[in-house]
Amino acid sequence: MSAGYRPEGLVSGDDPERPDGDSTDTTRPTAQAPAPGPVGFGPVAWLRWTWRQLTSMRVALLLLLLLAVVALPGTFFPQRPQDPARVAQYYLDNPSLAPVLERWGLFDVFASPWFSAVYLLLFLSLVGCIVPRSLDHIKALRRPPPAAPSRFTRFPVRDAFASPVARDEAVATATTALKGYRLRRTDGADGAVTTLSAERGYTRESGNIVFHLALVGLLIAVGYGTFVHYRGQVIVVEGDTFANSQVQYDSFESGPWFDEGGLEPFRMRLDRFTSAFDEVSGQAADFRAEVTVTEPDGDEQPETIRVNHPLRTGGASVYLMGNGFAPDVTVTDAEGNVGFSGPVPFVIVDQATYDSRGVIKVPDTQVGDQIGLSGVFLPTAVVDPASDTAFSISPEPNEPLLVLDVWYGNLGLDDGVPQNVYQLDTQAMQQVRAPGPDGEDAPVRVVVAPGQTVDLPDGLGTITFNDLPRYVGLDLRYDPTLPWVLTFALLALAGLSASLFLPRRRVFVRIGQDEGGRTVVTAAALARGDDPGLERELTRVLEPLRPAVGKTDQDRMNQETGQAPDRQQDEGARRG
Amino acid sequence: MAELGQISLYLVTAAMTAYLIATIAFAIDFSRLAADRPSRVSRTADARELVSAGVADAPVVAARPVADAPLPPVRRAAAIGQSTFTVAVLMLVAGVVTRGFAAGRVPWANMYEFTTVSVVVASVVFLGIQRRRDVRFLGTFISLFALLALFLALAVLYTDPTAVQPALQSYWLVIHVAIATSGMGVFAVAATVSGLQLAKDRAIGRGTQGRILSSLPTSADLERLAFRINAVGFVLWTFVLISGAIWAEHAWGRYWGWDAKEVWSFVIWVVYAAYLHARSTRGWEGRRAAWFSVAGFASILINYYVVNLFVNSLHSYSGV
Repeated sequence: MSAGYRPEGLVSGDDPERPDGDSTDTTRPTAQAPAPGPVGFGPVAWLRWTWRQLTSMRVALLLLLLLAVVALPGTFFPQRPQDPARVAQYYLDNPSLAPVLERWGLFDVFASPWFSAVYLLLFLSLVGCIVPRSLDHIKALRRPPPAAPSRFTRFPVRDAFASPVARDEAVATATTALKGYRLRRTDGADGAVTTLSAERGYTRESGNIVFHLALVGLLIAVGYGTFVHYRGQVIVVEGDTFANSQVQYDSFESGPWFDEGGLEPFRMRLDRFTSAFDEVSGQAADFRAEVTVTEPDGDEQPETIRVNHPLRTGGASVYLMGNGFAPDVTVTDAEGNVGFSGPVPFVIVDQATYDSRGVIKVPDTQVGDQIGLSGVFLPTAVVDPASDTAFSISPEPNEPLLVLDVWYGNLGLDDGVPQNVYQLDTQAMQQVRAPGPDGEDAPVRVVVAPGQTVDLPDGLGTITFNDLPRYVGLDLRYDPTLPWVLTFALLALAGLSASLFLPRRRVFVRIGQDEGGRTVVTAAALARGDDPGLERELTRVLEPLRPAVGKTDQDRMNQETGQAPDRQQDEGARRG
Repeated sequence: MAELGQISLYLVTAAMTAYLIATIAFAIDFSRLAADRPSRVSRTADARELVSAGVADAPVVAARPVADAPLPPVRRAAAIGQSTFTVAVLMLVAGVVTRGFAAGRVPWANMYEFTTVSVVVASVVFLGIQRRRDVRFLGTFISLFALLALFLALAVLYTDPTAVQPALQSYWLVIHVAIATSGMGVFAVAATVSGLQLAKDRAIGRGTQGRILSSLPTSADLERLAFRINAVGFVLWTFVLISGAIWAEHAWGRYWGWDAKEVWSFVIWVVYAAYLHARSTRGWEGRRAAWFSVAGFASILINYYVVNLFVNSLHSYSGV
């Protein structure tokens, strides 16, 4: 988008003759001051004026700045898509401010109308700039280089000397030296003066255009992805099988164009989950879920899912996002009827010790109230008798223990309202409490280890801790645009590199004769953007034409530049 | 392993000492620069001045250095600064390498290590430019930056070398993080140059260009130098975003999720994009563009120190 460029190295406002009528200036009007509105003009003129403003470099720059600024609230306020729990907490902490922030979209900045407005305007501006610019570039690619200006005096990089080489030979030599350039040769009317216009590095502009178009492609690919993707989360306990259908997911969301029938019906059984921890630091070292995938055609395949190594199957990717323990318990009612039996996933609260929290809901009691057990699971439990608390000291299941509060009443499951499986709705329930050692009323806790059966208080029933399987939390995602997103991103990177590092140069060489019949060479070079090698390039081109005196100059210069490597070698030798 | 970690620590501390000496030596050189200024100005700049002073149509040789310009006098303090600086970099590199062996992985997986690697890259960029042209005036600032960054790393960010958690066990740790830390080092050098350019511009604007500032290259030269470094940095940062997105897709199941770190990395990218555009917008080039370069590096510092240490982010691997 850097149209309206001026050859770098020029004193401000001091353009050399621009005989090529480079039209890029008009595609990004860089008026010195924003033009006042076209007073007295009709709506069409206004539209044109608005369009010119929008596609101007100055507005593009302001939009870029604005984009940086409007992205920042996303880090000041909790964002719902990233962390809904912290948004809820923010509502509790700032009850009066939160609704205001909500209305302005500050809890979901990157989907807010104002953020979208900024980037859409920016992309509109980009397209408005880059399309005409691409057309210009295509034209330029078909045209020979522009004719040389009549005088070179205003170019900062130029040279002039009398050459010992004969005129025609000099033209041939210069043409050879300009190999790799596109060339336009102009012979003067009398045949005495020949001018070579040469240009190279069109890839610089091509790269610039590719970069900007790739960004547009990227935006379209990302946008399309949000329409056709799906994402689901599921918890699978060791030994259980997950079948890929929407009802099996614990949570599922998809883009509006996603076809539910499009879910590929593969199945996946979690055979085993293993974890490893660093013995010294206790830090997690490895998580590994071994699964058996059954393709729709019945083909079975053992696979391993690890962090950083998702499983690609059925068009979707399966990521290992979490894990934990799912104590397998059986709870009976007062008469010994089984009210609930099975593994219950507990959510890890502390990643270092795997202190986990969870609830066991027992809806199917034959007699008495429904039972709810809520509490913690500790993989390596240590009970502190003094404070009557228990905690875990290691994520490994060395001394597993369940510590549960007991509730009875109505679990509220029959209303048909979806419930959080990790929370007990205690609205219609009562906790079993009893006077503690200090005489104060305290909740009664049930403590149960694997293999044990413990009576629940108040004769409510029993709980048996059968087994301790692990569970994994899996994320399944499908987004067919991923390869496109990557392609456009890499194209942008390539285009950007070309536009920044490939030099675009024009070299003009005019070869004529003075009254004495000597060959006179005048030359100039011009670059787009910053080009530290421009002077060197002109020197290189003119080198074969230089007079003998110039040769000694050249030698001296070689000596000078030659010194640097020598010195570096010396230093290198000393260092070695 | 513990011994290696200890050796690494000694090397880093020794490097700090060398950086301290380099800072002082460069500062002495810097303060002396003004005394015989005319011979310090870059020779090509001299040549250009001659050109503009010459008769307009006379054949002039602009492309070549003025051969009989007086040789610059010996700058002993700068020479000392440069050699101690080189020693500091070598010791720091050794410190980083031993740290890698001590931890049994690449030595850039927590904030202490990011900092040491960034300092290495910034130092190497400085020495690399120094090979091609005289930028010893930057020495004071680069070694001071190195010193402060390393001090902060040792005093606040230090952690013992350990293996990394599963989320970091990926070859993208090698690529993505290496480029990100390198990008920080590159941008640091560019921001230093831009800062000097701004200081100089301001002094010229007030007409009170002091001895030291007047001994620096012209604002235009500083601007071009900063741009060349920033251009490299911008390409690196673009790659950081792309490689980060690829890694995020592998590790977290999505390539972009507006995590705090992602937001700031995006902001940094946009600020440097604005910098590149400002350079070619009339009325914004030069001084205003330099502010973007400085603002970009400020965002990098925020992204590094504030987001890593104080913001709840998925990138909380600082290990502090």
